[in-house]
Amino acid sequence: MVDSLVAAASVIGAAVAVGFAGIGPGIGQGNAAGQAVEGIARQPEAEGKIRGTLLLSFAFMEALTIYGLVVALSLLFANPFVG
Amino acid sequence: MYTFLLSKIEVGSHLYIDFTETAHLHGETVAVSTLVVALVSLFLFVGTSDLKRVPGTLQNVLEVVYDLIKGIAFTQLGPSYYSQFLPFVATVFLFVLGSNWAGALIPWKLIEIPQGELAAPTNDINTTGCLAILTSVTYFGAGFWFKGLGYFGRYIKPSVFLLPINVIEDFSKPLSLNFRLFGNIVADELTVSVLCSLVPILVPVPVMVLGLFASSIQALIFSTLAAAYVAEAIE
Repeated sequence: MVDSLVAAASVIGAAVAVGFAGIGPGIGQGNAAGQAVEGIARQPEAEGKIRGTLLLSFAFMEALTIYGLVVALSLLFANPFVG
Repeated sequence: MYTFLLSKIEVGSHLYIDFTETAHLHGETVAVSTLVVALVSLFLFVGTSDLKRVPGTLQNVLEVVYDLIKGIAFTQLGPSYYSQFLPFVATVFLFVLGSNWAGALIPWKLIEIPQGELAAPTNDINTTGCLAILTSVTYFGAGFWFKGLGYFGRYIKPSVFLLPINVIEDFSKPLSLNFRLFGNIVADELTVSVLCSLVPILVPVPVMVLGLFASSIQALIFSTLAAAYVAEAIE
């Protein structure tokens, strides 16, 4: 009984972790991409530099989602609370 | 607790090679990372053994790679320090890139092992943790080497009450490096294997290509951040 409760809570916890971790970086990446497009439109010759910086900062933002994913994965596959 | 699997996907099962009760190796990680080191070394050795003034194909590839890595080190560390840390940055970059691509490009499914399965070494958190700790040791050592005891002055800058935050930063840097690489690679392989279990033909291919792109970006990020941390410590 307790085990199935823990399992259910873990699955919901994993879903919440990934879901909420996706919101902030989504908004952030949207902002960054929008600004980058604006920058390229204004100054097309700087495209290479802008793209490099954009990809680098994307990776930083994506890392935040990935942290949520790591939490979700450890809840699903390596749960410390069962067993 | 009984376990049930909705699909035949498992995360975190390894081929354990036991030494004692508590010490064991993850066999498949060690095997694949050794293979990656061997392949990268062989590639570099063959490519640089016969250097010509007018480069051939292999030398051209290596020159592009060298320019890329030198660019990373140069932009982060500046003209006076980059050459000393270029070997470190290049090692990290090539190992991470080789490991990530080895998991995606070599058809490991064809080789059956008793437990776990052969995959990219970077989808084991021990590999990425090791790389992250290596980066930590490097920037700490570099700061200590170039500035002596004055290095510890940066813990109380810009003000004394930021000391706890500066100390925490020393731990959060390797942690975030570790989780970023590990999470990205695991997420990529998990996506591919979920898609493979749903539709085994043709559908996972675009995701695999995206994974190749993402893992090369991760190698770039890891080495850029390593260089940036070193630069921050010696500036």
